[in-house]
Formats: sequence, C-alpha cells, structure tokens
Amino acid sequence: MTQVTPQPPAAVPEIDDGATIERTPQRPSPLRDAWRSFRRNRAALIGMVIIALIIVIACLANVVAPYSPVAQFRDSVLTPPFWQDGGSLRFVLGTDDLGRDILSRLIHGARLSMTIGVIVVSLSLGIGVLLGLLAGFLRGWIDTVIMRLMDIMLSIPSLLLAVVVVAVLGPGLFNAMLAIAVVYLPHYVRLTRSSVITEREREYVMASRLAGAGVFRLMFITILPNCLAPLIVQATLSFSNAVLDAAALGFLGLGAQPPTPEWGSMLADARQYVLQAWWVVTFPGLAVLITVLAFNIMGDGLRDALDPRLKR
Amino acid sequence: MLLAGTDYTFAVAETPMLSFVFRKLLMLIPTLLGITLVTFTLVHLIPGDPVAIMAGERGISAERHAEVMAELGLDRPMWEQYLSFLGNLAHGDLGHSLISSNPVLDEFMSLFPATLELGFCAMLLAVCLGIPLGVIAGIKRGSIIDHTVMGTSLTGYSMPIFWWGLLLIIFFSGILGWTPVSGRLSSSYWIDTPTGFMLIDTLLSGEPGAFADALRHLILPTIVLATIPLAVIARMTRSSILEVLGEDYIRTARAKGLSPWRIIAIHALRNAMIPVTTVIGLQIGLLFSGAILTETIFSWPGIGKWLIDAVGRRDYPSLQGGILLIALIVMMVNLIVDLLYGLINPRIRNSR
Repeated sequence: MTQVTPQPPAAVPEIDDGATIERTPQRPSPLRDAWRSFRRNRAALIGMVIIALIIVIACLANVVAPYSPVAQFRDSVLTPPFWQDGGSLRFVLGTDDLGRDILSRLIHGARLSMTIGVIVVSLSLGIGVLLGLLAGFLRGWIDTVIMRLMDIMLSIPSLLLAVVVVAVLGPGLFNAMLAIAVVYLPHYVRLTRSSVITEREREYVMASRLAGAGVFRLMFITILPNCLAPLIVQATLSFSNAVLDAAALGFLGLGAQPPTPEWGSMLADARQYVLQAWWVVTFPGLAVLITVLAFNIMGDGLRDALDPRLKR
Repeated sequence: MLLAGTDYTFAVAETPMLSFVFRKLLMLIPTLLGITLVTFTLVHLIPGDPVAIMAGERGISAERHAEVMAELGLDRPMWEQYLSFLGNLAHGDLGHSLISSNPVLDEFMSLFPATLELGFCAMLLAVCLGIPLGVIAGIKRGSIIDHTVMGTSLTGYSMPIFWWGLLLIIFFSGILGWTPVSGRLSSSYWIDTPTGFMLIDTLLSGEPGAFADALRHLILPTIVLATIPLAVIARMTRSSILEVLGEDYIRTARAKGLSPWRIIAIHALRNAMIPVTTVIGLQIGLLFSGAILTETIFSWPGIGKWLIDAVGRRDYPSLQGGILLIALIVMMVNLIVDLLYGLINPRIRNSR
C-alpha cells in the first residue's frame, strides 16, 4: 500500500486510424487509487511517518539507545530530565527508581510494542479470518457454533476476558499477547463473516463455482481477496489497541514482568513515585499515546482510502 | 374506514414488537448457559491452589487441606462441580467467596453501586459533552473548531487511561492539591450508606461538607472513565450529523425558511441519534474494561477492583459469579439499546 510506484506517463491520445476507437479507457488499479486518496490526507501521512520512525527506532534499538535498558546507575537514582534542576544530558529523560536510563528503556520498549502489535494482529487476523470464512461460507451448524461462541466472548468485557486468560496462562508478555489476540478474535470473525455472506451470493462466485472451483478455492482465492479492505482497516486499528491493551495488562502486573522495559509495566513500577518524580510516569505513557495515536490516524486515513462505504 | 385501518396497523405493529422482545430474551438463555460453561472452564483452569492461598503464609497440613477441599467441593470431578454450580445458580446462589466466605451475590451487590455511580457519572459526562461537541464540529465542518474537536477526540480515543489518571493525579492532587488521590470519601466522615451511592448517601446524612467531599473524590475517576466514550460519541455524532445534513429533507426544511437552530435540533438531531445510540450502548459494555483500570488507579472500591483482586487470590466463586453477572448486565443493556431503536426510529419498529 505504501510503496510509491512510479506513475506511467499519461497515455498520449493518438489521433490516427479508427482502430483505436475500440480501446477501453485505462482504469487505475484499486491499490493505486487508494494510495492517491491516502496521499491527499495530510494527517494520515504524518501518522505514517511517525510509525515509520518508531519502527526504525525499534529495529535499531541497540544502536540508538545510549545505555542498556536494564543497566542500573546506582549513583543517580530518580534523576530528573536534563532541563530540570539536577538533571544532566547524561540521562536525557532522567532515570527511574533503580537508576535506569528512561530514554533507553523507552527505545527498547518500542521494539516490544511493535512486536506485540505484529504478533497479536497476525494471530487474531489469521484465526479470525479462518473462522469467519468457515462460518460465512459453510453456514449451518458450524456458523451457529462459531457465532454463539463469539457472542459469548463479546459479552464479557474485553479487558476482563484478557485478565482471566492471562490468569489461566500465567502472567508474562507472550501470554498477554495470546490473551489479547483471543479477545480480538470476535471482531475479525464477524467482519469476515458478514463480508463473505454478501460476497458469496455475487455472480463472480457463482461463475467460479460453475467453472468447477472447489470449496477451498472459492473461500480463499475467489472470495477472500474481495473482503480484504475492511480487514486491513481493522488490522491497523487493532494494532494500536493491542499496544494499548498490552500496556494495560503490564500496568496491572499481568503482562511483561520486570525488568522488561515494556511501557505499561514501566508505568506500574513508577506508580508509587507519581507525586515525587513526574518524569518516571509521564514518558512511558506519552510513548504509548504517540504510538497509538499514529496508528489510529493512519487507520482512519486507510479506511477513507480503501473503503469509501465506511467513510465517516 | 380510515379509523379502522389505523387500529389494524397499530395492532399488527404491537404484536411483533412484543414477540421480538420475547424472542430476544429467549435467545439470551443459550448464550448465558454458554457463558457459565466458558467462565467455569476458564476459572478452573487458573493454576494455583485456592486452599493453600487461603491458608496463607502459615501453611496447612495435608489432612486439613484435604478436609477443606472436600468442604468446598473442590475435590469432586469437574463436571460434577459444574452441575452443582448450575443447580445453585438456578436458585440464585452464586456460591461463597473463598476469601471472605460471604455470598458472592451479596459482595457483588454491595460493591456494584460504587461502580454504577462512577459509570453513570462518566456516561453522563460523555453524552452531555460528546453530543454537543460532535454537533458543533459537524455543523462547522472544516473550521478550526471542527479540527480541534476531532483532534482532541482522536487523542482521547488513543489515550492509555491508566496513564491519563496518573497525570491527572500529578496535576490536580499533587501540584494543585484540589482533589484526593483515592477512595470515595475522606475517613473523617462516617456516614451510613443505605443506597450505596455516595453522592446520595452523603446528601441524606446531612453531614456538612460530606457531599462536597464525595464529589471531589468522584471528579477525577469520572473524567478518566469518560475519556474514551466521550471521544467515541463526539466522533460518531459528528459523522452522523454530516450524513444527515446532506439529506433532502434538511434541504426542504431550509427551503421552508426554518431557523438553523430548529433544523438541527428538531430535524437533524433526531435522525442523527440512531447510530449514536448504538455507539452509546456499545460503550456501556466497554465501560467495565475502563472501570477495571480506573478503579485500580484510584483505589475505588467497586466491581473492577474486586475482580482483579479475585484473580490474584484465586477466588473462583467470586470470579465466575462476577463475570457471569457482568455478562448478564452487558447483554441486558444491549437488548435495551436494541429496543430503544424502535422508540427513536419508527421505521425500524414497523419493519419488525
């Protein structure tokens, strides 16, 4: 979606023989069309740039971060950021209660948050699409069972469900990711199922079926590509939610465990210093907010570009 | 002739509505059964030994351990435990908390008003602020106001509310000293709580200053819990107003020379409210997730904090009872929202 494909030079209208009259006008590919509309949305572009920046920082964390995220400088515990009295450029954003450099921890936290987003979205997207395809395409009792289960999951508040799943699996970053992926399943299943139900009545599906396409071909090759637009939008939006929810679980002590520099668990560690050292609390949350905001802005832009029907 | 016709359609419109409600209620039963099965399974999969946790640091002898397990029925096979759970449930018995040994239902009911009070105030704030903001942003589309409202609401929507709560504490409690950090009422007040709603109880008590104190405790948690619903409602109202303003009947109303205020308030808003009601209904379900975090930050003695504590203490009965009751509430709210559509939009009512 994001790569800039060089635009072919506009076709020069040929004024010659009558043979060209039959030529149908060239339609721009849907992807290029979407990119053109996305490019016009300045906010969405800014969001994309911020995300690109976060990804670069996350990839180069070992190079960019001034210190190790777990290195403790016992001589400078709770140092304020450099612009405050007592702060120095040695620790740009200050240190926490164990004397760890906050900036370094944030940078390494970016890596964790991106990983969380990718894993959660891949898991819930993959399984959700599969279940949604099965339910929407096969209908019957499979549909009933899957959708009933999704209804049950939706009627339990998401964070509560995630907390219970983490309690079952045991606290930890990976289990938190699994729990969040489980919680997001119903959205993907519902979205896929409803698109599949509309699409499968279309003529091109009938044509494909008449041509002898098997069930798997119909599901994955004929129908699925036509249901992708809302799924892509949902994936971007749930990426940001995954970052947010992982931080919430970390904050409740159920996600990443110390000394992992995950943003939410950094906040949990810092909670007791909330009235003494504002920087310990402020920066990790700001990192979560900026990341989530960037993804939401981009998701909004993508939705407008990919799926004009959903335009709000 | 005309009258008879009216009566006829009225009767037809009434019956499907009732049968619709009835059908919806019937459909809740399998879902609720499913929820009991899912929560029971999940809760019993949680590793750890509740009896050992009850015994605490002192430990417990093996014989006594087996005795307590038998007393609590935890030594029986899973399916037997599940069936007895269902049987008790049919009698309105959700079991007893393993920690306090009070009935789960009683504990839930004694804590629920705190969550309800907080949730109600948050929803009130979100609706009373979100709808006007969304309407203004929609009418003044593309203006600075619009961009500000939309930018702010997208930020609010992306807000990690546990962090937002801490920031508010830093500023309002730490720097300004205006609001207390936690709880529902300062310990200097000692009042009866007949209703469980602190704002009402403090008013009833007649104690001078108690109401203001309860209010000051409520402000920050309310703002924190309202943030996401507020953002969602403002965004939804704006887009829905924009859609409605493009309709033909608005143009007709304009052409008739109605005042812009009347067009918005009477013609546009009523139709724009339909999708907004859906969103408000959905937000009530999400409110519980927010309540877990908000109550944890502000040590608010409500359901959210109780459930998180129950997870930590392996309090199976409290956990499964609590989840079941919350799921029931969420489903009832969704049902009510479904029915409300009919009230707001006669087209939906008649089409059923």
